[in-house]
Amino acid sequence: MKKQVTLSKEYLKGLWESNPVLKQLLGLCPILAVTVSAINGLAMGLAATFVLLMASLLISSIRKIIPSQVRIASFIVIIATFVTIVDLVMKAKFPDLSKALGPFIPLIVVNCIILGRQEAFASKNNPGRAIIDALGMGSGFTLALIILGGIREIIGSRTFFGFQVLPDQFEPWLIMILPAGAFLTLGLLLGAVNVYIDRKKRIEHESIIAHYKRVGREELIEELEVK
Amino acid sequence: MNKVTQMLLVLTSIGIISGGLLALVSGWADPLIAANQKAATEAAIFRVQPEAKNYQTVENSGFELYKVMNDKNENSGYVLVYEGNGFSGKIRLIAGLSEDLNKISSIEILDQVETPGLGTKIVEEPFRSQFIKLETNPKIEWKKGAEPTKPNEIQTITGATISSKAVVSILNEGISRLKKLRDNGGLK
Repeated sequence: MKKQVTLSKEYLKGLWESNPVLKQLLGLCPILAVTVSAINGLAMGLAATFVLLMASLLISSIRKIIPSQVRIASFIVIIATFVTIVDLVMKAKFPDLSKALGPFIPLIVVNCIILGRQEAFASKNNPGRAIIDALGMGSGFTLALIILGGIREIIGSRTFFGFQVLPDQFEPWLIMILPAGAFLTLGLLLGAVNVYIDRKKRIEHESIIAHYKRVGREELIEELEVK
Repeated sequence: MNKVTQMLLVLTSIGIISGGLLALVSGWADPLIAANQKAATEAAIFRVQPEAKNYQTVENSGFELYKVMNDKNENSGYVLVYEGNGFSGKIRLIAGLSEDLNKISSIEILDQVETPGLGTKIVEEPFRSQFIKLETNPKIEWKKGAEPTKPNEIQTITGATISSKAVVSILNEGISRLKKLRDNGGLK
């Protein structure tokens, strides 16, 4: 039997619990390349979210008629179609943004987050859940891109979303907007997330142990079963 | 239904639907994209030739070349779009030239992929404004780490000498081709 989780949990898991960047370490190539500024991160995140949303919706609605032998090929064709649409619309309506993101929009086709969610989720769940999952994963991806882009933009060029936030006396760290800065920032960010999770887990364990010592074994098992 | 027929059918129909959808979107977007590119070039032409009122494309020159006209509709100069190798990729630039091709009115970098924070300074002031009213005879020269002394000389950017030199050599190459074209009567 498949475990049914609430819709809000389905959404929130993408933001934090299994954040595509911070937890699953998926889609790192565009993350490292486009996050020189927060606005680039936001645009890339929104474009990927749109593709993910449309692909998830379509694939979960036709999941029953796609034979499993050709599912990957079908997913790729569908994803590529939406990516090309996004690319054309951006070139037509937002030429500046499209220039800044360069070749990374067409590369959303092979972004592993999108194919991964189709394979792991959309092809096994109904369209409603697939949309929620896509929105969650998309928001998680966008959030991670903005955090990374924000940190690199603030330290590397003193601005955040184009507004100056650090005084002129602060000498911008060039390395932060060079590719090496992306690796450094991402590494430190992942490290910080892991430290936070470890600490949270330890506190949780300690509280369970303390609780166990207080109430005894039988009662604890009963409590867990009620949950 | 046979498994193989179903596979063929599903994949083919997905392909056909995707193709049709893309044809629609591309039909809508293509004219807009072309208009955007034209508007960007047009804006750049008037930025490097601030006194120009009108322009026309020079055909058969072998590269992108525009003739600009002043308010009396007389030829007042040329605009040249030229590209060449920079430090880490192509640099594409647009330059305005006086009618006799001896002076640059202004330049602008259109595309570049130079090192952020170093080579990208070729796009910014004060490097770019060095080219305003710069003489092009016999050719543009560069100097490293010192103020330019000659009217056809510019100073390279500290830490981005190769990018700076690339801009100069792209300009020199483009202007020499333009002069050759003029000597052969191609600008009439």
